[in-house]
Amino acid sequence: MKNLISMRDLSKKEILHLMNIASKIEEGKIVPDMQRKLAALLFFEPSTRTMFSFDTAMKRMNGDTIIMSGTGQTSVKKGETFADTLQTIAQYSDIIIMRSSIEGSARFASEIVDIPVVNAGDGANQHPTQALLDLYSIVKTQGTLENLSIGLAGDLRFGRTVHSLAQAMALFNVKFKFISPSFLKMPQYIKDDLKLQGVKFEEYENMEGNIDDLDILYVTRVQKERFADPEDYEKVKGSYILEKTMLSNVKENFKVMHPLPRVDEIHTDVDNTEFAYYFPQAKNGVYTRQAIISTLLGEV
Amino acid sequence: MSRIKQIKVNAIRNGTVIDHITAGKVRKVLDILELDGKEIVMVGMNLSSKKLNRKDIVKIENKELSHNEVNSIALVAPNATLTIINDFGVVKKVSLEIPEYIENLIVCPNPKCITNSEDIKSKFRLTKDEPVKVRCHYCEKKYLIDEVKIKK
Repeated sequence: MKNLISMRDLSKKEILHLMNIASKIEEGKIVPDMQRKLAALLFFEPSTRTMFSFDTAMKRMNGDTIIMSGTGQTSVKKGETFADTLQTIAQYSDIIIMRSSIEGSARFASEIVDIPVVNAGDGANQHPTQALLDLYSIVKTQGTLENLSIGLAGDLRFGRTVHSLAQAMALFNVKFKFISPSFLKMPQYIKDDLKLQGVKFEEYENMEGNIDDLDILYVTRVQKERFADPEDYEKVKGSYILEKTMLSNVKENFKVMHPLPRVDEIHTDVDNTEFAYYFPQAKNGVYTRQAIISTLLGEV
Repeated sequence: MSRIKQIKVNAIRNGTVIDHITAGKVRKVLDILELDGKEIVMVGMNLSSKKLNRKDIVKIENKELSHNEVNSIALVAPNATLTIINDFGVVKKVSLEIPEYIENLIVCPNPKCITNSEDIKSKFRLTKDEPVKVRCHYCEKKYLIDEVKIKK
């Protein structure tokens, strides 16, 4: 593995290998040493959470970071091409971790620089490190990635997180329930891919009554601004808010995940139940990103 | 070639015949051809065909197609056959096939794709979908052939 650009590039074996490294890092059995290593965090599209998670991952391994957030302070603003910016930054650093709203930008970056590139989100396309930390969270809570029943709820149309996760889980004989308003359904091209891989999925418009047989419910936010008519949003929003009362018949191993930030799609009364897993999930992001960086830099 | 067809679309002495173009696609084929306006070009539309029921055909005097032209035509008219004519005789006849890997021939329809903001060659691969689709190497979106624009 030279770069991490898309979940579509990873084999099942490579995914399981990264999970194993993340687990060993968490248990302290592997202590990667990134002293003298510098990661360039290029966030052309600002993000606090993912950027902090990478920054923490690097610093927990004694490495260092240089950070660009937005394009305001850089020569991109002065008209420098994307390619020139990347090639310059590659002279300073050992690894580039980048986010951009332009789809395919990380793939392009990996073709023009000779240091590893990690895609931290490219528009609505891919967010592979989020998918890997989600897989790590699933394997930690379920003991396996195989034969699970997973519900993806909320905005399935625009959410790259659920796209990457759906593609990744397709390798593990998963059964999906897609729960969303009709116009925020999982895109046809993702469903076509899943069909080609023989993945079973069903589509629903209500969360209630559709979660009792799940192992994982992955909730994402239905954003008000996606609706042309605010009244339409008011009509459907209640169907995508998870509350404690809805959890009385769920399976023992059931867990609720969320990529965060949460607004109101998971009621805070769920937080103190044994089913809430979204905050540990964020912590798992650091171990997973440590595993990714140290694997790409050949340190594990 | 039957006598009726010969009457409808004249034979050429030297040049290229693009036959079995899906009916209605000949305009797209003409768009792809790098013509300088001086060539003699004969176009037949909606001719009857045993293979396709209806087909379009183009005959161009004194022109051999470039590699790019051939691959682009394969995209818009995957059933087409290409015949090179020399002194009224057939020198070479090939059936066109969509290439598995398509470099710098297609404009990615996704406005957010990097290929539409940086000066880079587009790259697409055929997928296993039915009907056939192409997937952008960069933004990973899939499109039907009819949805993509061919570069000039």
